[in-house]
Formats: sequence, structure tokens, C-alpha cells
Amino acid sequence: MLKQTPLNAAHRDMGAKMVDFGGWDMPVNYGSQIEEHHQVRNDVGMFDVCHMLVVDVKGDDVRGFLRGLVANNVDKLTVSGKALYSCMLNPEGGVIDDLIIYFMTEDWFRIVVNAGTADKDVAWMQQQAAGRALTITPRRDLAMIAVQGPNARAKVWEAIPGSQAVTETMKPFNAVEFEQYYIARTGYTGEDGFEIMLPVAEADAMWRKLAGLGVKPIGLGARDTLRLEAGMNLYGQDMDETTNPLESGLAWTIDLKSERDFIGKSALQSRDINLQLVGLLLLDKGVLRAHQVVNTKHGAGEITSGTFSPTLQQSIALARIPLGIAPGAEVTVTVRDKQLKAKVVSYPFARNGHSLI
Amino acid sequence: MSIPADLKYTASHEWVKTNADGTVTVGITAHAQDLLGDMVFVENPVVGRTLAAGEECAVVESVKAASDVYAPIAGVVVASNSDVETSPETINQDAYAAWMFTIKPANSADVASLMDAAAYQALVESEAH
Repeated sequence: MLKQTPLNAAHRDMGAKMVDFGGWDMPVNYGSQIEEHHQVRNDVGMFDVCHMLVVDVKGDDVRGFLRGLVANNVDKLTVSGKALYSCMLNPEGGVIDDLIIYFMTEDWFRIVVNAGTADKDVAWMQQQAAGRALTITPRRDLAMIAVQGPNARAKVWEAIPGSQAVTETMKPFNAVEFEQYYIARTGYTGEDGFEIMLPVAEADAMWRKLAGLGVKPIGLGARDTLRLEAGMNLYGQDMDETTNPLESGLAWTIDLKSERDFIGKSALQSRDINLQLVGLLLLDKGVLRAHQVVNTKHGAGEITSGTFSPTLQQSIALARIPLGIAPGAEVTVTVRDKQLKAKVVSYPFARNGHSLI
Repeated sequence: MSIPADLKYTASHEWVKTNADGTVTVGITAHAQDLLGDMVFVENPVVGRTLAAGEECAVVESVKAASDVYAPIAGVVVASNSDVETSPETINQDAYAAWMFTIKPANSADVASLMDAAAYQALVESEAH
């Protein structure tokens, strides 16, 4: 039996094509995935992200606990509402999950984790918290709706009266509690917008209210092309427990500078780095896909995520390839029985409505 | 999804139309394009290629996935529709108008062994459950 979010009935009413997404019954599109993609880049769309899990960690020394638990440094969080993207590593330096940590108060941090890893993440956190005076609470009583696109904030301000005053000057990667909502200026599309946490009982009404204001529902299909154009990693595809985050484009999130120790740090410091995550732009016709082999002058690599980019109108990919292959280099990708030409590029590929290539 | 009564079908979701000159034209069904979503790439077999029945001979790719297209019957490719290669989205717009390639059958009786519309309808319904 597939798990359902509080928006399941709304998706069906709005004509969604539903798929099994890691055990969740989720909308892949409501018609055309490409139209939904452009809708978000050019106007505004909304995503059901209720399958992701909010975890509240409370106690006297949450900060001390998180210093050791995650690879980015929570000491960067000094102002209430500030958000931090981080990996949570295993002792071997592999990635258990990537997550966002919100600083609420000194004795309360909020963590949002991926759907497919949620149970594993909570178990790991509880194991690491053993002996500490902490409570770790999965918040399945909270729903989450992402509203994204250049007009997203204005639509949310219409939908939630009073929210404009508390969020208008709020910078990206910050959040604020407002009435029963927690409104974060974050997302997974490369566009401006909010991710709104709210009580499950209100999710359906909020979704329909936003739809009434002209916010189109967007499925997981467009979510993937939007995040890939924006150059954002997808857990389980671009990195997992077996990959080195320093070979996965995540070095900017791993704090090796401070004295602080964290799980996986010593393993990362002792591992050789031979690979890098790069962007690929397909020069020939076709579509790049995950697991296709990339041939470079320094050896073979592999595509981790590939798709057709609706913004660029050509195929793009993230690929893990040997070090020493710089942006501008030409490589080939084995697609069925052919060698297709591709160019190494730095990513993101597109954000804020237009191409960056 | 529409399933025209005058066409034949395969279990791998190709439609097959018999032309007046005995050749057969092949495309993918409305059901197939619906499963795949927005089409972005099509590669047809070259004219002159000899195909065995069931042989992989073309590729359609949507944003979501790549899918092989199989020769419904044995024969030689006598025409290939470059328009669908240029504009793959025409398959989403009308899968039965957006033909992919035409085969001169090795044995004209082979077409009769393919599914009719009712049998294909039953297949689509069984896959939905």
C-alpha cells in the first residue's frame, strides 16, 4: 500500500498522473511536464513536498549535538530562522542524507530530510543522541508545500494574509514562524519562492486556495528538470552512502576548516580525491541519462543525473568524471551503440528564468 | 486514450496501418505516449534496413525515459518520417498521425497475426490493474 500525502485527493481532482515514488503515491505531472517546468521558471507553481519529513530536535545542547552530527558547521547559524544546507555523513564519509537545518532557538533546531531516507535518518539521529538530554521528534503532523517562481512570493502573500509584512525583507535561506505557518525562503528549483510548513489538517485547503489564485500544481517530473537545471544534487542519484561528497560537488558544504570534529571527518581527510562532479551539455541529438558512461582523456566517468533541459532545449547532465577535465573540454557519452559528443560545463545550467550557459 | 478500430497493434505499444500498396506504416500508440510523457527525441531506422519481427529499430525518448520501438513484422524499411525526428512533440499531439516509419513486409500475411483494436484495448486495461 502506497503512502499518501494530505494532498492526494487534491492531486486526483486536478488531473494528476500518479506514480509510486519511493513508496509514496505522488503526482509526476498534471498534463505536460515541460509546460509545468516553464510555468515555474516564468510565473509560479506549487509542489507537494509533504513526503519529506520535518524533524524537530530539542534540548539544552542541540547545537553541540549537531556540530558532531552534520558536515556543515551549525555555528554559521546565529540568527533565528537562518537555514543551513548540509550532508549527514556516516563514519566512512559516505552521505546518509542531505538536509536543511533551521535555527529556531538555542534549544530547538528543525531539520528537513528526504522522504526516501527519513526513517533511516531518524534512527541514525536517535542512535547518535543516545545519552544526551535531547528529544528528536518526527513531525508527520506538518505538511509542506513549496511555492516557486518569480511570482511565488506575491501569491503566498495573497494566500496568507499578514505574511507579507514578516517575509518581504527576509533574505533567501531564511525562515520565519507566522501564526500556524513556518515560511522558509528556500526551494529546489533555482527560482525564488517559499517552502511553507503547516498543519496537515490545513494542507488541502491551502493547496486549493493557492490554485484559486492561479498557482499551477507541478509534478515530480518538472521538479527533477528544474533542480537539475539549477545544479542541485539529488540524493540517491548524485550522491549516496557509497560516494565521497568531495567527489559529488558538495565540498562547499563540508567544513574541514574549523577545529570541530564531526562524523565522517577523519575518513574524508584520509580519502584520495580522484573524481569531480561536472556539468555536461550534449552537443549531438539525444538525451543523457543516469549511468551512461562518459569517456574522457583521463579515463571513464559516469552520468549521475541526465535529462532534457526545457530551458536550454538540449540535453544536460551531472557527471562524475576524473579530475583534470576542465570546463570547455569535449568528451563522449556512450548512448546505446553510439558515442555522442558532449561539452564539460560549470553548472548551474539555468536559474531565475534563464540559461546560464 | 483512443484506439482506432482500423489499425493493428503490438504488445509493445506500436500501431500498424496497412497501406493500399501493401506496405505497413508504424508509430507508437496514444497510450504509449501517455505513459512516456513529453517527447523530446526520436530516432528512426534508415531506409533500406532489413528488420526481423520484434527487432529493436527505433528509439523514442521523453523527458522522463527512453523507450525502444520494435519492428511489428519482418520487412524492409521503405520510408522514415523525418518530421517526427525534428518535432517529437507531434507524437504527443496525435500519436496516430505522427507515423515513424514504413515497412515493405517480407510476408504480407504477417500483419493479420497482430492484435486488433479490441485485443489491444484489453491489453491496456490489464496493464492498468
